[in-house]
Amino acid sequence: MTSPAAYQVSHLDALEAESIFVMREVVAEMERPVLLFSGGKDSIVMLRLAQKAFAPANIPFPVMHVDTGHNFPEVLDYRDQRVAELGLHLIVASVPEALTKGMVRESADGMRNRIQTPVLLDAVEKHRFDALFGGARRDEEKARAKERVFSFRDEFGQWDPKNQRPELWSLYNGRHHPGESIRVFPLSNWTELDVWHYIARERIPLPAIYFAHEREVIERDGMFYAVNEFFRARAGEQPFKAQVRYRTVGDASCTAAVRSDADTVEKVIEEVAATRITERGATRGDDRVSEAAMEDRKREGYF
Amino acid sequence: MSVDTWAPADGETAARPMDLLRFATAGSVDDGKSTLIGRLLYDTKSLFSDQLAAVEAVSAARGDEYTNLALLTDGLRAEREQGITIDVAYRYFATPRRKFIIADTPGHTQYTRNMVTGASTADLALILVDARKGLVEQSRRHAFLCSLLRVPHLVLCVNKMDLVDWSQEVFERIADEFTAFAAKLDAPDLTVVPISALRGDNIVTRSENMQWYEGPSLLHHLERVHIASDRNLVDVRFPVQYVIRPQSTTVTDYRGYAGQVASGVLKPGDEVMVLPSGFTSRIAAVETADGPVEEAFPPMSVTVRLTDEIDISRGDLICRPNNAPMVAQDIEAMVCWMDESRPLQVGGRYAIKHTTRSARTIVRELHYRLDVNSLHRDETAAELKLNEIGRVRLRTTVPLLADEYRRNRTTGGFVIIDEATNRTVGAGMIVEAA
Repeated sequence: MTSPAAYQVSHLDALEAESIFVMREVVAEMERPVLLFSGGKDSIVMLRLAQKAFAPANIPFPVMHVDTGHNFPEVLDYRDQRVAELGLHLIVASVPEALTKGMVRESADGMRNRIQTPVLLDAVEKHRFDALFGGARRDEEKARAKERVFSFRDEFGQWDPKNQRPELWSLYNGRHHPGESIRVFPLSNWTELDVWHYIARERIPLPAIYFAHEREVIERDGMFYAVNEFFRARAGEQPFKAQVRYRTVGDASCTAAVRSDADTVEKVIEEVAATRITERGATRGDDRVSEAAMEDRKREGYF
Repeated sequence: MSVDTWAPADGETAARPMDLLRFATAGSVDDGKSTLIGRLLYDTKSLFSDQLAAVEAVSAARGDEYTNLALLTDGLRAEREQGITIDVAYRYFATPRRKFIIADTPGHTQYTRNMVTGASTADLALILVDARKGLVEQSRRHAFLCSLLRVPHLVLCVNKMDLVDWSQEVFERIADEFTAFAAKLDAPDLTVVPISALRGDNIVTRSENMQWYEGPSLLHHLERVHIASDRNLVDVRFPVQYVIRPQSTTVTDYRGYAGQVASGVLKPGDEVMVLPSGFTSRIAAVETADGPVEEAFPPMSVTVRLTDEIDISRGDLICRPNNAPMVAQDIEAMVCWMDESRPLQVGGRYAIKHTTRSARTIVRELHYRLDVNSLHRDETAAELKLNEIGRVRLRTTVPLLADEYRRNRTTGGFVIIDEATNRTVGAGMIVEAA
């Protein structure tokens, strides 16, 4: 007889089991799920969990990339490679196309974070998706810390933080009327460090920009931005070469790099464990707008 | 050594995998709950400098006399504007031994709804009292809700010991009173710790100021409290979540039942029964994407294959022929009502979600409403309003495959959903079924 102590699971196994459960619930109960795949580490981990949840069958839903047009080429290459390997159906909701059609207008500061929301909602309506898997984690940001695993959105894609459904045990309520939808966050209980430990354990390949490399950057507001076609140096900003890596991958015009020598997964884990700044705080210009920038975007239908 | 195996920091030789403990915190801001959480996060290096700087800036701008750590978790605009906590917030920290998930439940608004939500998944609940005030009505209510939700471990933190001159007498009086109250509730494992969250006494390390206290620091207890045996490893319960049938030319004739083990241990070769049909078969294999496993136990998500082709679909349950749950349409349950717009009424019809099974239900009887402060049963009650708890009798359209909640939190819990609004309006804990 095995002792009860043997029936223990590690925290990563417990998190994996919970995420797989969530993904299976969605596929069992919802009509048209889709997984939001940006080529960022969280959506990459989510894709691995989807593979595991339905093996030996294929992933039973398409993936969608909301393309701001401001991409890191390494990330786009990675996206296309993964999609081909797994035989996935990729839908691209394109902000540049929406700009051409006049559906959205470029904002004054050139950031496309806010204008990707109508593009996302338009694609949801067109494809009649009723469940959208997102890779957001509760440790990322204080508005997200209060969001449900199954997060209800009305027919305008809006999140109402004061009117959320209580979520008890592992009983998720995905009921909705036509036109409404549920955002589902299988990684809700994961931290940045958990994600990296899982990437190491599962030996999941990542886009190269997550690891230290030399890049021409400028420093702005204490953050290091790569100089490229989407991000120009202002007068007085002198580009210089530095050893950096990206902690998050978002729109190339507002995602900053951090100084780093971590060129392997193991070194990244050491670095993340020792860091004293959150990943969004270190790398996202878009969250610095106000104390409630994320909440305001989410209310409008953002991820 | 795999990457999720850490060397213990305290010099123990055997490396053990880091596990996961979920705990709920209860108490109001005045009890120092935010200070305690802030300290746990800070002392385990889980509080980041940009988060702290943001909180300090907002505190200063509002004219707070001290850095208000409640702002760490009060992330919503309305919460910051009104200075209240609206919703359950989840916080995370880790030590080399354990990862912790804190469900931080607010002290005042929608108190019961949030506490019940946070406690539903908790391995442990942490209740705070102010040493100067001792037990108050709210502390008893917290303890009652934890026992109702069958949270296996309870920790009472007697906080602000610095303000009562580190008095052993004060501590023991509160500890004795609480222990006596908890005994009446049939509360599980109870630990009482004297602390000062503000000064850090007995939080991470033992306090120099309270030599008379011989127990562990709070973090030491949280890291070591034994939770593995809280899981039910006796009753095999495997609610079928999804049937995996690959439509593929390379994998043919595959039929697997995917789900998360609710309780018990499943092994290849075991004789099993499928409910509600009652057909029996044997487990051919227990599989994961990483290959077959010898055993599956909670909380593993696996895929079970049987030796016989039986018609099984989502909502069915795999168990052992000699140890089955109740197959019942008449359910006696304690219900906590969570909807502000419409109360629960006798004759009311709702949707119900229990494990992976959905049904419709009608409320046949409301036996009584429970006063969570006095535990008095009001048998004249005609409805349950928001945050009220009562004992009901339900009739369901299809049988539920259910256990008593006290024996199995997964097969004993359910939610009630309003079919018109689709909102989750109630949480139920099965007392008995027939």
